[in-house]
Amino acid sequence: MYKEGGTDTATAADDAASDPSRAHLARAARPFVGLAVPFLAVAAALLVGAIMLLALGANPLDGYNAMFSGAFGGSDELADTAIKAMPLLLVGVGICIAFRAGVINIGGEGQIIAGAILATVVALAVPDLPGIVLIPTVIVAGAIGGGIWGAIPGALKAYAGVNEILSTIMMNIIAAQFMSFLLQDLLIEEGAIRIQQTERLTENADLPLLPGGTRLHIGVLIALLVAVLGYFLLFRSSLGVRLRAVGHNPSASRYAGMPVKLSVVQALAFSGACAGVAGAVLVFGSESHRLIGEGGAAAFTQNAGFNGIVAALFGGLHPLATVPASFFFGGMLTGGLEMQREVQVPAAMILALNGVVVVFVVASLKLRARLRQWVDGEIEREGRA
Amino acid sequence: MSEFFTVSVIVTTLASGIRLATPFLFAALGETVGQRSGVLNLGVEGVMLLGAYAAYYTALESGSATAGVLAAIVVGGVMGLIYAFITVVMHAEQGISGIGIFLFGLGFTDLLFQKQVGTPIPIRGLRDFDIPLLSDIPRVGEVLFQHNPLVYVAFLLVPTFWFVINRTTFGLNIRAVGESPDAADTLGVSVNLTRVAAIVIANTMAGLGGAALALEVGVFQQNLTSGRGFIAIALVYFGAWRAVGVMTGSLLFGIVSATVLQWKTLGIVEGGAATLTSMAPAVLTVVVLVAVSKRIGQPSALTRSFDRTA
Repeated sequence: MYKEGGTDTATAADDAASDPSRAHLARAARPFVGLAVPFLAVAAALLVGAIMLLALGANPLDGYNAMFSGAFGGSDELADTAIKAMPLLLVGVGICIAFRAGVINIGGEGQIIAGAILATVVALAVPDLPGIVLIPTVIVAGAIGGGIWGAIPGALKAYAGVNEILSTIMMNIIAAQFMSFLLQDLLIEEGAIRIQQTERLTENADLPLLPGGTRLHIGVLIALLVAVLGYFLLFRSSLGVRLRAVGHNPSASRYAGMPVKLSVVQALAFSGACAGVAGAVLVFGSESHRLIGEGGAAAFTQNAGFNGIVAALFGGLHPLATVPASFFFGGMLTGGLEMQREVQVPAAMILALNGVVVVFVVASLKLRARLRQWVDGEIEREGRA
Repeated sequence: MSEFFTVSVIVTTLASGIRLATPFLFAALGETVGQRSGVLNLGVEGVMLLGAYAAYYTALESGSATAGVLAAIVVGGVMGLIYAFITVVMHAEQGISGIGIFLFGLGFTDLLFQKQVGTPIPIRGLRDFDIPLLSDIPRVGEVLFQHNPLVYVAFLLVPTFWFVINRTTFGLNIRAVGESPDAADTLGVSVNLTRVAAIVIANTMAGLGGAALALEVGVFQQNLTSGRGFIAIALVYFGAWRAVGVMTGSLLFGIVSATVLQWKTLGIVEGGAATLTSMAPAVLTVVVLVAVSKRIGQPSALTRSFDRTA
């Protein structure tokens, strides 16, 4: 479903006489079109953000300056940015898998929560396992929880024809309310104050800090590992070839004998599993080391289920390119807090800005396809002249 | 459970179900028009939030709930023009750009609320208007004819939309560009202009839905809609792209939600179990989607942008 349109070559313009200077320009521009257009789109979105800042009575330069230094200004800031980037990257890798298979997964939020719940339950069940065993176990539990939460809409799409956009959104709502139920009831911490949170989970499952004296923990490495695994799955395995073939042309894949329905389920299951790992990492890498439902589900997921889509799109739906993209958007999130302190603009501004970035980047993709078409057309005309 | 099955409680529950159905009905009817023209707008939630905030803030500042409704209409219309530009002019992928609109609405309304209002100050909503004579019918009057004007407007829009879509040239054009844009184009119908009009209608209605919600709740808070916009989109599928079907779905949802609320009030379900019953609408949506998905056909050109040169 997710395809760049406009690959048909324009034929009417081919009759026009070739202009050598235009062809020269086209050849010079060719390598940059792919990257420049999304970057310009982000720049335009930041310009809209500047207007918003102005309207809110803040100096946009001060605002962006605070944002930049808050995100990348020192080792602590960089570590915080990496920590914020981690769930975006995990969800983003999942988005790459789903979108490449032609399935739109809007269910990252629910899949994060499902992974977090299953991982938490496992940690509560076997708290005495040594860390070397328990940490991989809870991470896998997170992947399984998220995977199941992704496989359900996958199966509904494949076998009952339910639009996955709708079912994944509904699965988000169900997961959020289920988490709220668990934290009010079965999993709530014993004690007088009824805060929606679990007890402090076993120390054996705490994600170890990385050396360097920052808050950086091995969750970041897990996320990078998942990105590499996602790359191998999509581009270096026969399963990946099948998933991408199904995404590119489902009916041709069906005629070629590929199990299209199974592929849809697999794509959403893998996609959900990545988000589920994010859920586990968010619980065991958090400073409070517990699952907290206070303040709503989005306070726990940090909207990563949606923002991860932004990162994946910006990374061109390539798991490895999603790494820097996530880091960039993680920087916007940490920088947003600094901006809030410096120019008194609520950090919710960043969420609004992310929305603008999505719109601009998506809108620019078609523009990019057209520019490429023009560039290739010019070069081809010159070749014929 | 026996305390629920008394006439007065059921009458109250049905009446509140109709009020709760109103935001869904506005948003879902609008989205139906948009989708019939071939445009999926996943940003309904965001536009509802923007409409809700516009209505709340205007009503708070001016003291007039009516002014709030008008503000929501304007905001919805502007968002419609923006979304039309994104999808019709720029040909952006509709599913994802809708998510962008959602994120924007979620963040922007929270931002404005924190900056302009801060603490949730309650506002006076629209006054109920009892329809003369009809509202005096015992029980039925209380369920159907003692509501605020927006409720009546929403339900009167159902036959209006049916008529416009099925019996006017404009409606024919909308259906044509949603089913077969190339054929419509050949016949001289402007595909893009028709879609722009449908998108503006859809977004205005989403804004109105947000206003209906904010004025009903009487206060704004972060993520006030909490998924209602997405449920409204699901209701379009539920209603098989027909006004009456969409109304049935909205009523079902409103009444289920009202029943759950009533159970909580009466103490029939408590604590965690009450939260569990709050999952009912979303679970119900999935079940209904499973039941209806196989046998309904969506507009053929849904999510396909139209470009004559392509």
